Amino acid sequence: MGRNPVTWLGSPTFPTAARTALADVQLRGNLAHATGTIRTKREAAVGELPDWERLRRAGEAIKDDVLSNLDVYLTRLEAAVTARGGVVHWARDAAEANEIVLGLVRAAGATEVVKVKSMATAEIGLNEALEAGGVSAIETDLAELIVQLGEDRPSHILVPAIHRNRSEIRDIFRATMPGASPSLSDRPAELAEAARAHLRRKFLSAQVAISGANFAVADTGSVVVVESEGNGRMCLTLPRTLITVMGLEKVVPSWRDLEVFLQLLPRSSTAERMNPYTSVWSGVTPGDGPREFHLVLLDNGRTATLADRVGRQALRCIRCSACLNVCPVYERTGGQAYGSVYPGPIGAILTPQLGAGTDDPGTASLLRSLPFASSLCGACYEVCPVRIDIPEVLVHLRGRVVAEKPAYAPEAVAMAAASWVMVSPRRFRFAQRLLGPLRLLARRGRVRRLPWPASLWTDSRDVPAPPRETFSAWWRRNRG
Amino acid sequence: MASSREVVLGRIRAALSDRPTAPEVPRDYDQTRALGDVIGLFAERAADYRALVRRVRWDDLPAEIESSLRARGATRLVAPADLPAVWRVPGVVWSLDAPAYPLPVRTLDRSDGVLTACAVAIAETGTIVLDAGEAQGRRVVTLVPDYHLCVVREDQVVGTVPEALASLEPTRPLTFISGPSATSDIELDRVEGVHGPRHLEVLIAG
Repeated sequence: MGRNPVTWLGSPTFPTAARTALADVQLRGNLAHATGTIRTKREAAVGELPDWERLRRAGEAIKDDVLSNLDVYLTRLEAAVTARGGVVHWARDAAEANEIVLGLVRAAGATEVVKVKSMATAEIGLNEALEAGGVSAIETDLAELIVQLGEDRPSHILVPAIHRNRSEIRDIFRATMPGASPSLSDRPAELAEAARAHLRRKFLSAQVAISGANFAVADTGSVVVVESEGNGRMCLTLPRTLITVMGLEKVVPSWRDLEVFLQLLPRSSTAERMNPYTSVWSGVTPGDGPREFHLVLLDNGRTATLADRVGRQALRCIRCSACLNVCPVYERTGGQAYGSVYPGPIGAILTPQLGAGTDDPGTASLLRSLPFASSLCGACYEVCPVRIDIPEVLVHLRGRVVAEKPAYAPEAVAMAAASWVMVSPRRFRFAQRLLGPLRLLARRGRVRRLPWPASLWTDSRDVPAPPRETFSAWWRRNRG
Repeated sequence: MASSREVVLGRIRAALSDRPTAPEVPRDYDQTRALGDVIGLFAERAADYRALVRRVRWDDLPAEIESSLRARGATRLVAPADLPAVWRVPGVVWSLDAPAYPLPVRTLDRSDGVLTACAVAIAETGTIVLDAGEAQGRRVVTLVPDYHLCVVREDQVVGTVPEALASLEPTRPLTFISGPSATSDIELDRVEGVHGPRHLEVLIAG
């Protein structure tokens, strides 16, 4: 298998990227402000629903049912969409999905397409593939537009430009948006207005639109896009041809299941009771909206993820980004350090699974580092609307990484030594006595630096000073 | 060579070789809730999202529509062709739209607004839902104009999201609208007014 574009080529491992990100004071300030705002709002939005925990359990069970019978629901969806005038395509990987979409755009005779924000198309690098094929893709979501105009990379699932504050956004618009006023201010309303004016003409003349899907109902063929700005509605309604790229796991069995997700998703993501706009369509409706509808079902590592009994729960994800907003690691490093369109806690378990099997050594190192990009504090699990036990999957994936390491790796040698010491009470007591002198190095109860090779540990951590008396000595003295 | 469809389905079946059992979905979450005055709650929640909301008497509806349009200064209005004739108040140039004779997008773009009814409204979330049914028009009609005036009958207001979904036909084109167009893309704070109608006014008639 080749390289999966779910990670960015040439990205360093997480610790290296994190070190750079941590030095960026502006970035840390922007992230602390934005995630702090949304955390408070989310708590209020969730607190309003007395049945929130029951909704989470229902969401979890629906998604587990989907995963357990994925082939059944996908073929059912395919039949329902086809019966209503849509065309369903299956794509094994990113390259095949991109090829299908490019072929459809060419068949429609278009050289420009409008796009509504979609993680699936970001994951497969569709924009780059279209560009290589002579088609320009215009991102119409405000944050995606900021990233695209700034020739930047996304750093958040919901708000890809979260790392930019309002004055940085104003500067990007002034410098790159055709027709942007040089006196444009940094008031958010004025920035939104500038984006409206910039994209209006594009929407009204577009022939082809490309979207993702939040949900697709197997029974009825109804596809759902949840959004805020109305750029989604523009893309889903105005052009003649609509192409939707959807990860296999986005299917839900029945219409009724949406009553769960349309409550869980908005409150978890933008912390609203309901997002401004949700669009639902089934195939083609004569006289209303696109005349051609194509649904591309994307695998790209999902079936490989499904095969892992512990890791497969990552496929329950509905891309709300609540786990990013509560993660102490994400809040400090930002999303770009994860080297993927999927950052944060969910990215740390999704990216290594989707991208597994890469033959690029740099990418493989990045993927191995991601499950360690967490303190395992568990905040992500608590807020996850579909109860993905992210810490459990992180530990599972760490185990895989460690198991791949040779027996002479420093970590393995240290662990073997520790094990040799700890199996014998005599050796353990002796080792404890050896540690006593460490107290001499301690200042205010902490040892900040140890000589090599222990310096590998203390480079980024303090060691608590050993106590005056060990617990076993204390026990013998008092109770022995 | 196997088609991609067969390959992907084959991969799924291989991945599920441990035959995980599908759990029973617990449906013990609330279908309805004691929300008290749902009409009042809908009015409050829709206004929370910066929609302009007025409660009016059904019999006064034409006069109330007239006063809304006058306050807005709207003189060129778009409406679905099957809008009740009495709602097409005088003093306004009406352009009527239907699938059989669709208005050009330019006309929609140059209009001052659009008047429609809705299919159902959700009190708890302050949401109106359009299903392209009677007096609601094609989806584009309520999208391109900058001002959307929507009439909600009191008996169309339900309490919760599950109640609303149960009343809808899933194969119709549906649009759920909660306030005017907005974005949270700048510092994760909500700002009104991007691509959809920047002004949403709701008349609750009973």
